[in-house]
Amino acid sequence: MSSIIITINGKDHSLDVDPQMPLLWAIRDVVGLKGTKYGCGVAQCGACTVHLNGEAVRSCVTKVSRAAGQKVVTIEGLSKNNDHPVQRAWQEIDVPQCGYCHSGQIMSAAVLLRDNPNPTDADIDAGMAGNICRCGSYLRVRKAIHLAAGMERKVSSRNE
Amino acid sequence: MNPRSPHTSPRWLNQKTMAMLSVGLFVTTVVTSAFTEERTPTTRPFTLVPATAPVGRDSMASVKAFANVYKVLMSPRCMNCHPAGDIPLQGDDSHRHAMAPRRGIDGKGVYAMKCTNCHQPTNTPGLHTPPGNPDWHLPPATARMVFQGRTPNQLARQLVDPKQNGGKNMAQLLEHAHDGLVVAGWTPGEGRTLPPLSHAEFTKAWTTWIKTGAFAPKP
Ligand code: FES
Ligand code: FES
Repeated sequence: MSSIIITINGKDHSLDVDPQMPLLWAIRDVVGLKGTKYGCGVAQCGACTVHLNGEAVRSCVTKVSRAAGQKVVTIEGLSKNNDHPVQRAWQEIDVPQCGYCHSGQIMSAAVLLRDNPNPTDADIDAGMAGNICRCGSYLRVRKAIHLAAGMERKVSSRNE
Repeated sequence: MNPRSPHTSPRWLNQKTMAMLSVGLFVTTVVTSAFTEERTPTTRPFTLVPATAPVGRDSMASVKAFANVYKVLMSPRCMNCHPAGDIPLQGDDSHRHAMAPRRGIDGKGVYAMKCTNCHQPTNTPGLHTPPGNPDWHLPPATARMVFQGRTPNQLARQLVDPKQNGGKNMAQLLEHAHDGLVVAGWTPGEGRTLPPLSHAEFTKAWTTWIKTGAFAPKP
């Protein structure tokens, strides 16, 4: 088995794994980053969301071969000091209940805000509909995304 | 005889010109046939074939072939990605896609809900898991190419209308039967029924429909 190189959170990892292995397995069990969660294994819940070249893919159905030579960012790599606006807003609103779904929620929210820095409730619903929360934290998720959008707006107006 | 003699060259040109003219005439008549009815909606299609129609133009054969085309296009494997709204359908009963992914401008989804975030380049193993294709998408917002709810007459006219079919001419339409995402409908992944005809039978019906004039059935 030849090794597969994937850049995860800015660092190259050479993985001796089956190319058919789900990326989630490689991230958790081979690389040892446990922040990304396993919920359903069939792309239905969003708990396993990571960024592959900037898109919020579901790592449970993404094969390692698709990520070969590509850039992956997990919740551990979203920011240096857990200070991405989405992470700060999540802390401020105290969004998580059990917390299991939230690394996926945050990774999806980060893509949403990158693509739409000023989302409406409808935009948030459209962008976050694939992330399921069994604790029902949806209203806090929405509130935190608005807060994060406001934080980013403040930063960009200060920089202008 | 010298093949470049002045006698052969004009004859060759004549044949070529004739061939080009007849192809041009054929394409023009095929393209216009689906609009003819629109202009005269009460006229039966079978009365529209001019007496001087080029060989191959045959409204009866065309409408008959389209019945098979329609059966396939309205099957869940095709129609589920040609919904009336902006959310795809799912399953053999064509229910609304779980988690309501949106079409987006380019047909590839929005934000964290892009098609290929879940739909991989190949089918995911297992029952009812996401089917895959490298080019997974819906028609774009600029040409939504709705199949759901279309009658045979409406669908036939829409398919050959470049304003509604994504700007495809007849050659591109013929080729579309072999598009990777179209062909993927016949390897849909576990738990999904196949279209009612094989891909070869569909291609035959599609080609026959177009080459015999792309006639729309009666409204
Ligand atoms: S674990 Fe991947 S979507 Fe549920
Ligand atoms: S906070 Fe418990 S699943 Fe979302």
